[in-house]
Amino acid sequence: MPSMHELPVTQSILEIALKHAEKADAKRITDLHIVMGELSKLVDESIQFYWDMIAKDTIAEGANLHFRIVPAEFQCMACFEKYKPDSKEFSCPNCGAVGVKIVAGEEFSLEAIDVE
Amino acid sequence: MTQRIPVVERILSANDELAEENKSRLNAANVFAVNLMASPGAGKTSLIEQTLPRLAEKLRVAVVDGDIATSIDADRAAAAGAIVAVQVNTGGECHLDAVMLHQALGQIELATVDMLLVENVGNLVCPAEFRLGTHKSVLIASIPEGDDKPYKYPGMYRGVDALVINKIDLLPYINFKMDYFQRGVEALNPGLVTFPLSCSTGEGLDAWVHWILENVKRKA
Ligand SMILES: Nc1nc2c(ncn2[C@@H]2O[C@H](COP(=O)(O)OP(=O)(O)OP(=O)(O)O)[C@@H](O)[C@H]2O)c(=O)[nH]1
Ligand SMILES: [Mg+2]
Ligand SMILES: [Zn+2]
Repeated sequence: MPSMHELPVTQSILEIALKHAEKADAKRITDLHIVMGELSKLVDESIQFYWDMIAKDTIAEGANLHFRIVPAEFQCMACFEKYKPDSKEFSCPNCGAVGVKIVAGEEFSLEAIDVE
Repeated sequence: MTQRIPVVERILSANDELAEENKSRLNAANVFAVNLMASPGAGKTSLIEQTLPRLAEKLRVAVVDGDIATSIDADRAAAAGAIVAVQVNTGGECHLDAVMLHQALGQIELATVDMLLVENVGNLVCPAEFRLGTHKSVLIASIPEGDDKPYKYPGMYRGVDALVINKIDLLPYINFKMDYFQRGVEALNPGLVTFPLSCSTGEGLDAWVHWILENVKRKA
Protein backbone atom coordinates (compact mmCIF):
# COMPACT_ATOMS: atom_id res chain seq x y z
CA MET A 1 0.00 0.00 0.00
CA PRO A 2 1.51 3.32 -1.00
CA SER A 3 1.74 5.78 1.81
CA MET A 4 3.18 9.17 1.17
CA HIS A 5 0.87 11.58 2.88
CA GLU A 6 3.54 12.52 5.42
CA LEU A 7 4.93 15.19 3.12
CA PRO A 8 1.74 17.28 2.71
CA VAL A 9 0.96 16.77 6.38
CA THR A 10 4.40 18.05 7.34
CA GLN A 11 4.00 21.04 5.02
CA SER A 12 0.70 21.82 6.63
CA ILE A 13 2.24 21.71 10.12
CA LEU A 14 5.02 24.05 9.00
CA GLU A 15 2.58 26.54 7.47
CA ILE A 16 0.44 26.69 10.60
CA ALA A 17 3.51 27.07 12.83
CA LEU A 18 5.03 29.84 10.70
CA LYS A 19 1.72 31.70 10.58
CA HIS A 20 1.41 31.73 14.37
CA ALA A 21 5.08 32.54 14.93
CA GLU A 22 4.83 35.52 12.62
CA LYS A 23 1.77 36.78 14.44
CA ALA A 24 3.80 36.66 17.68
CA ASP A 25 6.83 38.37 16.09
CA ALA A 26 9.00 35.38 16.95
CA LYS A 27 12.60 35.09 15.76
CA ARG A 28 12.79 31.34 15.96
CA ILE A 29 10.58 28.30 16.52
CA THR A 30 12.28 25.81 18.81
CA ASP A 31 9.58 23.21 19.49
CA LEU A 32 6.25 22.05 18.09
CA HIS A 33 3.65 20.17 20.10
CA ILE A 34 1.45 17.92 18.02
CA VAL A 35 -1.55 16.00 19.33
CA MET A 36 -2.44 12.81 17.53
CA GLY A 37 -5.29 10.48 18.34
CA GLU A 38 -4.57 6.76 18.35
CA LEU A 39 -7.34 6.25 15.80
CA SER A 40 -6.11 8.75 13.23
CA LYS A 41 -2.81 6.89 12.71
CA LEU A 42 -1.89 9.52 10.20
CA VAL A 43 1.83 9.94 10.48
CA ASP A 44 4.92 8.03 11.50
CA GLU A 45 8.62 8.65 12.08
CA SER A 46 9.18 9.76 8.51
CA ILE A 47 7.60 13.08 9.42
CA GLN A 48 10.83 14.10 11.17
CA PHE A 49 12.73 13.34 7.97
CA TYR A 50 10.41 15.54 5.91
CA TRP A 51 10.56 18.19 8.59
CA ASP A 52 14.34 18.46 8.37
CA MET A 53 13.96 18.78 4.62
CA ILE A 54 11.25 21.43 4.37
CA ALA A 55 11.91 23.52 7.49
CA LYS A 56 15.42 24.27 6.28
CA ASP A 57 16.01 28.00 5.74
CA THR A 58 12.91 28.96 7.70
CA ILE A 59 12.74 30.20 11.29
CA ALA A 60 11.65 26.68 12.22
CA GLU A 61 14.84 25.01 11.03
CA GLY A 62 16.08 22.51 13.60
CA ALA A 63 12.93 22.68 15.71
CA ASN A 64 11.98 19.61 17.73
CA LEU A 65 8.71 17.81 17.03
CA HIS A 66 6.89 16.45 20.07
CA PHE A 67 3.97 14.09 19.69
CA ARG A 68 1.32 13.54 22.30
CA ILE A 69 -0.58 10.37 21.43
CA VAL A 70 -4.12 10.35 22.80
CA PRO A 71 -5.37 6.81 23.48
CA ALA A 72 -8.73 5.82 22.04
CA GLU A 73 -11.68 5.97 24.39
CA PHE A 74 -15.19 4.78 23.57
CA GLN A 75 -18.40 5.36 25.44
CA CYS A 76 -21.16 2.78 25.06
CA MET A 77 -24.41 4.33 23.90
CA ALA A 78 -26.45 1.63 25.61
CA CYS A 79 -25.03 1.61 29.15
CA PHE A 80 -22.73 4.69 29.03
CA GLU A 81 -19.71 2.71 30.18
CA LYS A 82 -16.45 4.30 29.03
CA TYR A 83 -13.83 1.86 27.80
CA LYS A 84 -10.67 1.45 25.81
CA PRO A 85 -11.47 -0.57 22.69
CA ASP A 86 -9.62 -3.81 22.19
CA SER A 87 -7.83 -3.96 18.85
CA LYS A 88 -9.95 -6.95 17.77
CA GLU A 89 -13.29 -6.24 19.40
CA PHE A 90 -15.13 -2.95 19.70
CA SER A 91 -18.30 -4.03 21.49
CA CYS A 92 -18.92 -2.89 25.06
CA PRO A 93 -17.15 -5.07 27.66
CA ASN A 94 -19.88 -4.22 30.17
CA CYS A 95 -23.10 -4.97 28.27
CA GLY A 96 -21.98 -6.29 24.88
CA ALA A 97 -23.76 -3.58 22.92
CA VAL A 98 -22.23 -2.02 19.83
CA GLY A 99 -22.63 1.63 18.95
CA VAL A 100 -20.33 4.06 20.69
CA LYS A 101 -19.49 7.66 21.00
CA ILE A 102 -15.78 8.16 20.41
CA VAL A 103 -14.69 10.25 23.34
CA ALA A 104 -11.02 10.49 22.40
CA GLY A 105 -8.57 9.21 19.86
CA GLU A 106 -9.45 11.16 16.72
CA GLU A 107 -7.42 14.31 17.39
CA PHE A 108 -4.94 15.62 14.89
CA SER A 109 -3.85 19.14 15.60
CA LEU A 110 -0.97 21.43 16.38
CA GLU A 111 -1.43 22.29 20.04
CA ALA A 112 1.32 24.81 20.70
CA ILE A 113 4.68 26.07 19.53
CA ASP A 114 7.64 27.30 21.56
CA VAL A 115 9.30 30.38 20.15
CA GLU A 116 12.11 32.76 20.91
CA MET B 1 13.76 33.59 26.25
CA THR B 2 11.38 30.87 25.15
CA GLN B 3 7.68 31.49 25.06
CA ARG B 4 4.87 29.02 24.45
CA ILE B 5 2.16 30.02 22.01
CA PRO B 6 -1.05 28.02 22.06
CA VAL B 7 -2.17 27.18 18.53
CA VAL B 8 -4.84 24.47 18.60
CA GLU B 9 -5.45 24.27 14.89
CA ARG B 10 -6.46 21.18 12.97
CA ILE B 11 -3.39 20.21 10.98
CA LEU B 12 -5.32 19.77 7.76
CA SER B 13 -7.26 23.02 8.16
CA ALA B 14 -5.94 24.49 4.89
CA ASN B 15 -7.19 21.43 3.03
CA ASP B 16 -10.54 21.65 4.83
CA GLU B 17 -10.98 25.26 3.73
CA LEU B 18 -10.33 24.47 0.11
CA ALA B 19 -12.69 21.50 0.36
CA GLU B 20 -15.43 23.91 1.43
CA GLU B 21 -14.66 26.01 -1.60
CA ASN B 22 -14.98 22.96 -3.85
CA LYS B 23 -18.32 22.20 -2.27
CA SER B 24 -19.60 25.73 -2.92
CA ARG B 25 -18.59 25.39 -6.53
CA LEU B 26 -20.39 22.06 -6.87
CA ASN B 27 -23.46 23.49 -5.15
CA ALA B 28 -23.52 26.52 -7.40
CA ALA B 29 -23.68 24.20 -10.41
CA ASN B 30 -26.10 21.87 -8.63
CA VAL B 31 -23.79 18.86 -8.97
CA PHE B 32 -24.10 16.00 -6.48
CA ALA B 33 -20.61 14.63 -5.74
CA VAL B 34 -19.55 11.33 -4.21
CA ASN B 35 -16.06 10.37 -3.03
CA LEU B 36 -15.42 6.63 -3.47
CA MET B 37 -12.71 5.26 -1.21
CA ALA B 38 -11.35 1.75 -0.80
CA SER B 39 -8.23 -0.35 -0.62
CA PRO B 40 -6.52 -1.19 -3.94
CA GLY B 41 -8.54 -3.67 -5.96
CA ALA B 42 -11.71 -3.52 -3.84
CA GLY B 43 -13.71 -2.61 -6.93
CA LYS B 44 -13.94 1.18 -7.15
CA THR B 45 -13.64 1.27 -10.93
CA SER B 46 -15.86 -1.80 -11.29
CA LEU B 47 -18.56 -0.08 -9.26
CA ILE B 48 -18.30 3.02 -11.45
CA GLU B 49 -18.56 0.81 -14.55
CA GLN B 50 -21.68 -0.86 -13.18
CA THR B 51 -23.25 2.36 -11.95
CA LEU B 52 -22.88 4.56 -15.03
CA PRO B 53 -25.06 2.54 -17.43
CA ARG B 54 -27.77 2.30 -14.77
CA LEU B 55 -27.84 6.10 -14.49
CA ALA B 56 -27.46 6.77 -18.20
CA GLU B 57 -31.04 7.79 -18.96
CA LYS B 58 -31.37 9.83 -15.80
CA LEU B 59 -28.15 11.68 -14.99
CA ARG B 60 -25.14 13.14 -16.75
CA VAL B 61 -22.20 11.85 -14.74
CA ALA B 62 -18.60 13.05 -14.72
CA VAL B 63 -15.83 10.96 -13.19
CA VAL B 64 -12.59 12.09 -11.57
CA ASP B 65 -10.04 9.34 -11.19
CA GLY B 66 -7.14 9.58 -8.82
CA ASP B 67 -4.33 7.29 -9.75
CA ILE B 68 -0.68 7.30 -8.86
CA ALA B 69 0.48 7.06 -12.45
CA THR B 70 -1.82 5.58 -15.08
CA SER B 71 -5.01 6.55 -16.91
CA ILE B 72 -6.41 3.01 -17.00
CA ASP B 73 -9.30 3.75 -14.63
CA ALA B 74 -10.31 7.02 -16.32
CA ASP B 75 -10.36 5.19 -19.66
CA ARG B 76 -12.62 2.52 -18.16
CA ALA B 77 -14.97 5.20 -16.80
CA ALA B 78 -15.14 6.93 -20.18
CA ALA B 79 -15.89 3.63 -21.90
CA ALA B 80 -18.69 2.97 -19.40
CA GLY B 81 -20.46 6.21 -20.28
CA ALA B 82 -19.01 9.05 -18.22
CA ILE B 83 -19.65 12.27 -20.12
CA VAL B 84 -16.19 13.34 -19.06
CA ALA B 85 -13.49 11.40 -17.20
CA VAL B 86 -10.65 13.38 -15.72
CA GLN B 87 -7.49 11.60 -14.73
CA VAL B 88 -5.60 13.07 -11.78
CA ASN B 89 -2.09 11.79 -11.44
CA THR B 90 -1.25 12.17 -7.82
CA GLY B 91 2.47 11.93 -8.45
CA GLY B 92 3.02 9.24 -5.86
CA GLU B 93 0.65 10.75 -3.32
CA CYS B 94 -1.52 8.08 -1.68
CA HIS B 95 -4.80 10.04 -1.68
CA LEU B 96 -6.62 12.82 -3.46
CA ASP B 97 -6.76 16.12 -1.66
CA ALA B 98 -8.84 19.26 -2.05
CA VAL B 99 -6.21 20.93 -4.26
CA MET B 100 -6.26 18.04 -6.72
CA LEU B 101 -10.05 18.02 -6.90
CA HIS B 102 -10.02 21.79 -7.30
CA GLN B 103 -7.78 21.42 -10.36
CA ALA B 104 -9.88 18.60 -11.76
CA LEU B 105 -13.07 20.66 -11.40
CA GLY B 106 -11.43 23.27 -13.59
CA GLN B 107 -11.41 20.75 -16.42
CA ILE B 108 -15.11 19.95 -16.18
CA GLU B 109 -17.91 22.07 -17.49
CA LEU B 110 -19.99 21.73 -14.36
CA ALA B 111 -23.10 23.25 -15.89
CA THR B 112 -23.39 20.21 -18.17
CA VAL B 113 -23.15 17.71 -15.31
CA ASP B 114 -25.63 16.39 -12.73
CA MET B 115 -23.34 14.19 -10.74
CA LEU B 116 -19.65 13.70 -10.04
CA LEU B 117 -18.14 10.37 -9.03
CA VAL B 118 -14.63 10.64 -7.61
CA GLU B 119 -12.48 7.51 -7.48
CA ASN B 120 -9.93 8.10 -4.77
CA VAL B 121 -6.54 6.39 -4.73
CA GLY B 122 -6.66 2.84 -3.37
CA ASN B 123 -5.67 3.23 0.27
CA LEU B 124 -7.25 2.71 3.69
CA VAL B 125 -4.95 4.87 5.75
CA CYS B 126 -5.54 8.49 4.96
CA PRO B 127 -8.08 9.42 2.24
CA ALA B 128 -10.80 10.04 4.81
CA GLU B 129 -8.67 12.67 6.54
CA PHE B 130 -8.24 14.66 3.36
CA ARG B 131 -11.71 16.05 2.70
CA LEU B 132 -12.46 16.90 -0.89
CA GLY B 133 -15.70 18.85 -0.64
CA THR B 134 -17.92 16.10 -2.01
CA HIS B 135 -21.42 15.69 -0.57
CA LYS B 136 -21.07 12.04 0.36
CA SER B 137 -18.14 9.78 1.16
CA VAL B 138 -18.55 6.12 0.39
CA LEU B 139 -16.26 3.31 1.48
CA ILE B 140 -16.12 0.15 -0.60
CA ALA B 141 -15.08 -2.90 1.39
CA SER B 142 -14.74 -6.23 -0.37
CA ILE B 143 -15.05 -9.80 0.82
CA PRO B 144 -11.49 -10.99 -0.02
CA GLU B 145 -9.97 -8.20 2.10
CA GLY B 146 -11.18 -9.95 5.24
CA ASP B 147 -13.59 -9.18 8.04
CA ASP B 148 -11.09 -7.41 10.30
CA LYS B 149 -10.73 -4.18 8.35
CA PRO B 150 -12.99 -1.99 10.55
CA TYR B 151 -10.75 -2.91 13.47
CA LYS B 152 -7.53 -2.18 11.61
CA TYR B 153 -8.60 1.00 9.82
CA PRO B 154 -11.21 2.58 12.13
CA GLY B 155 -10.61 6.06 10.73
CA MET B 156 -11.92 5.04 7.32
CA TYR B 157 -15.12 3.51 8.66
CA ARG B 158 -15.73 6.47 10.93
CA GLY B 159 -16.03 9.25 8.43
CA VAL B 160 -18.17 7.76 5.66
CA ASP B 161 -21.85 8.22 4.79
CA ALA B 162 -22.40 4.84 3.17
CA LEU B 163 -20.68 1.48 2.93
CA VAL B 164 -20.60 -0.82 -0.07
CA ILE B 165 -19.62 -4.44 0.60
CA ASN B 166 -18.47 -5.63 -2.80
CA LYS B 167 -17.74 -9.12 -4.17
CA ILE B 168 -20.46 -10.89 -2.18
CA ASP B 169 -20.40 -13.52 -4.95
CA LEU B 170 -17.18 -14.72 -3.27
CA LEU B 171 -18.78 -15.31 0.15
CA PRO B 172 -19.08 -19.09 -0.37
CA TYR B 173 -15.34 -19.36 -0.94
CA ILE B 174 -13.95 -17.10 1.75
CA ASN B 175 -14.16 -17.26 5.50
CA PHE B 176 -15.64 -13.81 6.06
CA LYS B 177 -17.58 -13.48 9.29
CA MET B 178 -20.21 -10.95 8.31
CA ASP B 179 -21.48 -10.44 11.86
CA TYR B 180 -17.98 -9.77 13.19
CA PHE B 181 -17.36 -7.31 10.35
CA GLN B 182 -20.66 -5.54 10.86
CA ARG B 183 -20.21 -5.35 14.62
CA GLY B 184 -17.01 -3.38 14.08
CA VAL B 185 -18.73 -1.11 11.58
CA GLU B 186 -21.74 -0.58 13.84
CA ALA B 187 -19.52 0.46 16.74
CA LEU B 188 -17.67 3.04 14.69
CA ASN B 189 -20.53 4.33 12.60
CA PRO B 190 -23.92 3.34 14.04
CA GLY B 191 -26.71 2.96 11.51
CA LEU B 192 -24.40 3.31 8.51
CA VAL B 193 -26.27 2.71 5.24
CA THR B 194 -24.81 -0.49 3.81
CA PHE B 195 -25.04 -2.03 0.34
CA PRO B 196 -23.86 -5.61 -0.01
CA LEU B 197 -23.44 -6.18 -3.73
CA SER B 198 -21.49 -7.83 -6.49
CA CYS B 199 -20.11 -5.95 -9.46
CA SER B 200 -19.65 -9.32 -11.16
CA THR B 201 -23.21 -10.67 -10.90
CA GLY B 202 -25.05 -7.36 -10.54
CA GLU B 203 -26.73 -8.53 -7.33
CA GLY B 204 -27.53 -5.66 -4.96
CA LEU B 205 -26.73 -2.89 -7.43
CA ASP B 206 -30.33 -1.64 -7.67
CA ALA B 207 -30.39 -0.56 -4.03
CA TRP B 208 -27.13 1.34 -4.48
CA VAL B 209 -28.36 3.12 -7.60
CA HIS B 210 -31.62 3.93 -5.83
CA TRP B 211 -29.66 5.55 -2.99
CA ILE B 212 -27.81 7.77 -5.48
CA LEU B 213 -31.02 8.82 -7.21
CA GLU B 214 -32.70 9.62 -3.90
CA ASN B 215 -29.76 11.80 -2.90
CA VAL B 216 -29.77 13.65 -6.19
CA LYS B 217 -33.49 14.23 -5.90
CA ARG B 218 -33.13 15.53 -2.35
CA LYS B 219 -30.42 17.90 -3.47
CA ALA B 220 -32.26 19.29 -6.47
N1 LIG C 1 -15.51 -11.84 -7.96
C1 LIG C 1 -15.63 -10.51 -8.04
N2 LIG C 1 -14.60 -9.78 -8.53
C2 LIG C 1 -14.76 -8.45 -8.62
C3 LIG C 1 -15.95 -7.79 -8.20
N3 LIG C 1 -15.80 -6.46 -8.40
C4 LIG C 1 -14.57 -6.29 -8.91
N4 LIG C 1 -13.93 -7.48 -9.05
C5 LIG C 1 -12.57 -7.69 -9.57
O1 LIG C 1 -11.63 -7.09 -8.69
C6 LIG C 1 -10.50 -6.59 -9.42
C7 LIG C 1 -10.24 -5.14 -9.08
O2 LIG C 1 -11.34 -4.34 -9.49
P1 LIG C 1 -11.20 -2.78 -9.77
O3 LIG C 1 -12.57 -2.29 -10.04
O4 LIG C 1 -10.16 -2.52 -10.78
O5 LIG C 1 -10.71 -2.28 -8.35
P2 LIG C 1 -10.24 -0.81 -7.91
O6 LIG C 1 -10.66 -0.66 -6.50
O7 LIG C 1 -10.69 0.20 -8.88
O8 LIG C 1 -8.65 -0.97 -7.97
P3 LIG C 1 -7.52 0.17 -7.98
O9 LIG C 1 -8.08 1.37 -8.70
O10 LIG C 1 -6.38 -0.46 -8.68
O11 LIG C 1 -7.23 0.44 -6.54
C8 LIG C 1 -10.84 -6.82 -10.90
O12 LIG C 1 -10.18 -7.99 -11.32
C9 LIG C 1 -12.35 -6.99 -10.90
O13 LIG C 1 -12.79 -7.80 -11.96
C10 LIG C 1 -17.02 -8.61 -7.69
O14 LIG C 1 -18.11 -8.14 -7.30
N5 LIG C 1 -16.79 -9.94 -7.64
MG1 LIG D 1 -9.62 1.63 -9.92
ZN1 LIG E 1 -22.52 -0.99 27.32
